[in-house]
Amino acid sequence: MRTLFQTPTWQKLKWPLAALALVLLGNLIFLNGFFHLEIKDGRLFGSLVDILNRATPVMLLSLGMTLVIATGGVDLSVGAVMAISGAIAALLLTRTNLSAPVVIIICLAASGAGGLCNGSLVGFFKVPPIVATLILMVSGRGIAQLLTNGQIITFENKSFLFIGRGTFLGLPFTITLTFLIFLILSIFTRKTAAGLFIQSTGDNETASRYAGVNTSFVKVFVYFICSVIAGLAGLIVATDIKAADANNAGQWLELDAILATVIGGTSLIGGRFYLIGSLVGAILIQTLTTTILTRGVPVEWTLVVKAVVIIAVCLLQSEQFRNTVFARGKRST
Amino acid sequence: MTHSLADDSLLRLRRITKSFPGVKALAEVDFTLRSGEVHALMGENGAGKSTLIKVLTGVYQRDGGEAFLEGQNINPRSPKEAQSLGISTVYQEVNLIPHLSVAENICLGRQRTKAGFLDWKEVRQRAEKALARLGIKIDVTELVSNYSIAIQQLVAIARALDISAKLLILDEPTSSLDEKEVTTLFGVIRKLKSEGLGIVFVTHFLDQVYEIADRITVLRNGRFVGEFDTAKLPRIDLISKMMGKELFEADFKATARSSVAKREKPLLELKKLGRKNSIHLIDLEIFPGETVALAGLLGSGRTETARLIFGIDHPDAGEMLLEGKPLSLSSPRHAIGHRFGFCPEDRKVEAIIPNLSVRENIVLALQSNQGWMRYVSRAKQNEIAEQFIQALNIKTPNAEKPIRLLSGGNQQKVILARWLASHPRLLILDEPTRGIDVGAKLEIEKLIAELAQKGMAILFISSDLEEVVRNSDRVVVLRDRQKVCELSGEEISETRIMHAIAASRENE
Repeated sequence: MRTLFQTPTWQKLKWPLAALALVLLGNLIFLNGFFHLEIKDGRLFGSLVDILNRATPVMLLSLGMTLVIATGGVDLSVGAVMAISGAIAALLLTRTNLSAPVVIIICLAASGAGGLCNGSLVGFFKVPPIVATLILMVSGRGIAQLLTNGQIITFENKSFLFIGRGTFLGLPFTITLTFLIFLILSIFTRKTAAGLFIQSTGDNETASRYAGVNTSFVKVFVYFICSVIAGLAGLIVATDIKAADANNAGQWLELDAILATVIGGTSLIGGRFYLIGSLVGAILIQTLTTTILTRGVPVEWTLVVKAVVIIAVCLLQSEQFRNTVFARGKRST
Repeated sequence: MTHSLADDSLLRLRRITKSFPGVKALAEVDFTLRSGEVHALMGENGAGKSTLIKVLTGVYQRDGGEAFLEGQNINPRSPKEAQSLGISTVYQEVNLIPHLSVAENICLGRQRTKAGFLDWKEVRQRAEKALARLGIKIDVTELVSNYSIAIQQLVAIARALDISAKLLILDEPTSSLDEKEVTTLFGVIRKLKSEGLGIVFVTHFLDQVYEIADRITVLRNGRFVGEFDTAKLPRIDLISKMMGKELFEADFKATARSSVAKREKPLLELKKLGRKNSIHLIDLEIFPGETVALAGLLGSGRTETARLIFGIDHPDAGEMLLEGKPLSLSSPRHAIGHRFGFCPEDRKVEAIIPNLSVRENIVLALQSNQGWMRYVSRAKQNEIAEQFIQALNIKTPNAEKPIRLLSGGNQQKVILARWLASHPRLLILDEPTRGIDVGAKLEIEKLIAELAQKGMAILFISSDLEEVVRNSDRVVVLRDRQKVCELSGEEISETRIMHAIAASRENE
């Protein structure tokens, strides 16, 4: 039997985990109280909890993005879908008396419809994924702005706000929710044929089609799932600020989600995917952001520092890079 | 001119060699082209035709040997350099820019300017002149994409000539043309020939070779087989030289197959099934437990027939019957639903899922036929994978190894296992033994016989005539995208197949 450390998943995970450990170690040494945790009003508080909580939108996006990227595609519209989902929620909560669960279902259904659009363009009409999802990325934010008339719409609804602000088992509910989605996707891709079909479609589409895989449908499916999850992330962001901000909600998060996926070991060419790797990637990105902010590094530096760490991890993931650099290192010593 | 004495050749290639890692693509190949002749370059897959042309046009650099153009030693390092020497190529897939006009395409990169501006009038006139040389008159301001493939091909030739070519290479120029268009093209070729151009003509169509070529050079497995005058080389000899078979040599079935096929009700019938530029109205019957082989040269319509049967391409004429009922397939998925299987010719592009494991590659067709939710459990998958690794003797350390790390023969066995695991009634094998070692070849042949014994219908496609004769109950011979004859039982022999391929259309 193979041990954990020999599995392909571990091979892909070790570099982002090492980077994460390094950043946390730095914080342990240089930042007082970074690892401090305390319980107030039955809820755990501390930087670590905060990082996880803040990371949840990108974690969720990256889970859906991972499936899309595994088929050899990419979904640029997730940020815009977040904005649409938040806008619809705000409108329904302020203008109607619908209950929270109904509002959530409508928001997710609308997001799913966006995903079906993306998926049909890519799967049936063979539009390149970047172009197909760019359409919704641009028009989606426009739709969200139209829905809210360009205003920030605030809302109050206790049970609805639980999504982003509730506490469950002493932790922010968002963490449980994200973990739950991860669990559902993991089980679904392992216990049905979905995982096999997604990976084979991304690895060799022609051969998959000749083996009977309905590759068009596989694509529609992953874009649909990705969008529904993006809609959920949109609800978290909206409930966090108790408002729908069509201009800023989810802006640029599609790029973080793609980064998290790539850091996690899923290749942009498609094929094998690693859901857990994407989660680690998203956490790494958020840890960096939080670290930079709490260390008082000038805000202007944030993106540059982030970029450097991410480049390092991506290079380490590249077998070619490792061979070149480490082989040279060996020769010179 | 610097013609050397006693050598009237336009181009002379001597002992050209070219190797790629692990393969000797060309081994001491000679080729001579005279001015004012059409010279056909013939050979089956892997003969070295395209490598030779790429060496000649500067895409590859030769490893050894000499090349003389009009007596001058040449060694083009890029297609551009070859062009400036006077060597032009027109490929099967027309190399033009579809969204530019005919005139722009002909003059692209060589436009003259007047005070820094393009002289459009000059461009147009030049294009018209180039086309007039071929005897064609069309509107040169029209976009290239608005013309038929045949006209586009002529435009490509006009462009090549405008670069003042002495030597024109036509690489499969007629594959996408209909008969009338071929006639037009041949008219142009004859005209250019009379002007003293040397033309290298690469094609799979024998009739066309005998119609237009003055001489023929045959290559096989990267080696020079011979140079012949077309008029003095009977077709049957040409085919035996291309296939590397001496006629009447050891012409018997190694082991006469005892056919178990009870020819009562055919599993699959094709009735005048056809598709434009693919296969012309073919009739075919396959009975359960029978192995039917499709024989013919490359490009004769073998793979095209398989693609129609498996639902990859759609026929535009005729009909298919499955157990007597009309069958219309929209996709491979649909065909698999009727329990068809297909091992494609191009393993790398059309069959293997490179990064997935041997296990996943084996269960893929079975799983896709069962759908998303009826998941083949991991335990069952392991069992199936182990069973086939044993049964087919697949050499892999374990079932979890990515298939791309296996050798070609073992990859092919995994693809066979993929179909066997889904229990097909009809299995189409397109060149199942190409590029794999002798041991694996024999194992696969043995397997085919066993499957037929068990009642599976098999459509077997191979360029290896010996293999065809050894493994089939019936042979359908194709030539130039048409079925020319059908041989069964004792009639099956290499000689008869070769004669069938050789018979010209006029003799029928």
